[in-house]
Amino acid sequence: MSLAVVRTRWLPPALAFAVFLGLWYLVSEVLLDDDRRFLLPPPHAVVEVAFLDPVNRAALLRGLALSAAVAFTGFLIAAVIGVAIGTAMSQARWVERSLYPYAVLLQCVPILALVPVIGFWFDFGLTSRVIVTVLIALFPVISGTLFGLRSADRAQHDLLSLHRASRVTRLVKLQFPSALPALLTGLQVAATLAVVGAVVGDLFFKQGTPGIGVLIDLYRARLQTEQLLGAALLACLLGVAAFSVLGLLIRATTGGWHGTTAYDRPR
Amino acid sequence: MPAPADVMLDVAGVERTFSDGTAAVRELDLRVRRGEFVSVVGPSGCGKSTLLRLVSGLEPATAGTVDVAPCRLGHVFQDPTLLPWRTVTRNVELLAELEGIPRAERRQRVERVLDLVGLTGFARARPAALSGGMRMRASLARSLVLEPELFLLDEPFGALDELTRERMNDELVALFAGGAFTVLFVTHSVAEAVFLSSRVVVMSPRPGRIVGEVAVPFPYPRPTHLRFAPEFGRLAAQVSGLLRGGGGQAGWVISA
Repeated sequence: MSLAVVRTRWLPPALAFAVFLGLWYLVSEVLLDDDRRFLLPPPHAVVEVAFLDPVNRAALLRGLALSAAVAFTGFLIAAVIGVAIGTAMSQARWVERSLYPYAVLLQCVPILALVPVIGFWFDFGLTSRVIVTVLIALFPVISGTLFGLRSADRAQHDLLSLHRASRVTRLVKLQFPSALPALLTGLQVAATLAVVGAVVGDLFFKQGTPGIGVLIDLYRARLQTEQLLGAALLACLLGVAAFSVLGLLIRATTGGWHGTTAYDRPR
Repeated sequence: MPAPADVMLDVAGVERTFSDGTAAVRELDLRVRRGEFVSVVGPSGCGKSTLLRLVSGLEPATAGTVDVAPCRLGHVFQDPTLLPWRTVTRNVELLAELEGIPRAERRQRVERVLDLVGLTGFARARPAALSGGMRMRASLARSLVLEPELFLLDEPFGALDELTRERMNDELVALFAGGAFTVLFVTHSVAEAVFLSSRVVVMSPRPGRIVGEVAVPFPYPRPTHLRFAPEFGRLAAQVSGLLRGGGGQAGWVISA
């Protein structure tokens, strides 16, 4: 890596991070009195208490693992259902007309409002957490799939029509490949939402093994701000990881031919 | 009345009206015989592309008949319409794939046509890495793989720069001279039409119909410098005159 790359690519975010840490220290060590420091403990305290203390760390990592599993399961289910619904919509107008309004509705309803009901119906365990995750992550998959499948241009469709291509052939050889960029971008959004869904669902459903959400609520109740921030940081990292994995997938599958991947900037 | 045996295409009294009521073509008559290279020139939006789409069955005629002799059709669009995720080889074999030609034979044919259009060195490139001219070559190759007997070309070189277009014209003429197919070629370039064709038909503005035709007697293969021959200029002026609604008696010679 050349010095120029370091300077243009890594230096700006590093500087921003340094400024952020500086502000954090300023608030925590200078602006807050000693008896109110628990509101925002300094960064090193967060690291010490939340990550270096073996007991706290173990609790957080167990919570993280559980939330990650919920997010991943929910994401996979949302991906399968979303692609299926989007594909069905692309095949028949009446399917689209029947389902799309409800998909939009699903996207607009604050999921939090549904969470208690989901709890009543499916109990307050893992199933409910996964369902919340699926509900939050579903819409971008549906819209990405539908939009993507429609993105092949008319001349390309004509070309297939000339050779009497069947619906399936059309889907396999033309529509799905052209849908990939939009579909994967939808999945990328869904992946980060799945993490949000897992944490939010967890926050409400406190039975069974605690995930990150349960821990956050617990630390909040106990005024354990160090662990609270540590948990928030881990949840955040989980989201970033989900985003990045999908980013890599996008690069690997469409980077070779599609003009703009998630990381490209027009320049 | 059955058409004579050497007729590849017989369009009679055809009208094509879209759902919004506008007519693209009306009272269109055109007959193309085997081995002809017929160019259709006309102002933008006169229904030239619609004519090709009617012939290849992409659109139905509202009235009249379109008779195509049973033969292998090739239809090349204005855009190369290559699939960006496929390499040149995979793009060129697409239609053969759709027609169910076995893989081994497909690959053989692809190799042959890539050689024919001069793209052998780019077999593994993706379309994004090709120039406009090379993309069009790939698009032509994709149709050539199926060895079409009636080749419909819809302004295939319209988006290319002048120099590339002339080179593509030279190559197409050579291809035509060496192959055994009939061509219906749509363009709005008079010079291109005269250089390529054995016959140029001129369409009126929308709704399009044939308003005249000019036979181009030069033998194939045609040399590049034919474009500068006085007779070439005279024929081009005649086509131009028809396009302008005159009887081809234009008193000037266009530079070709």
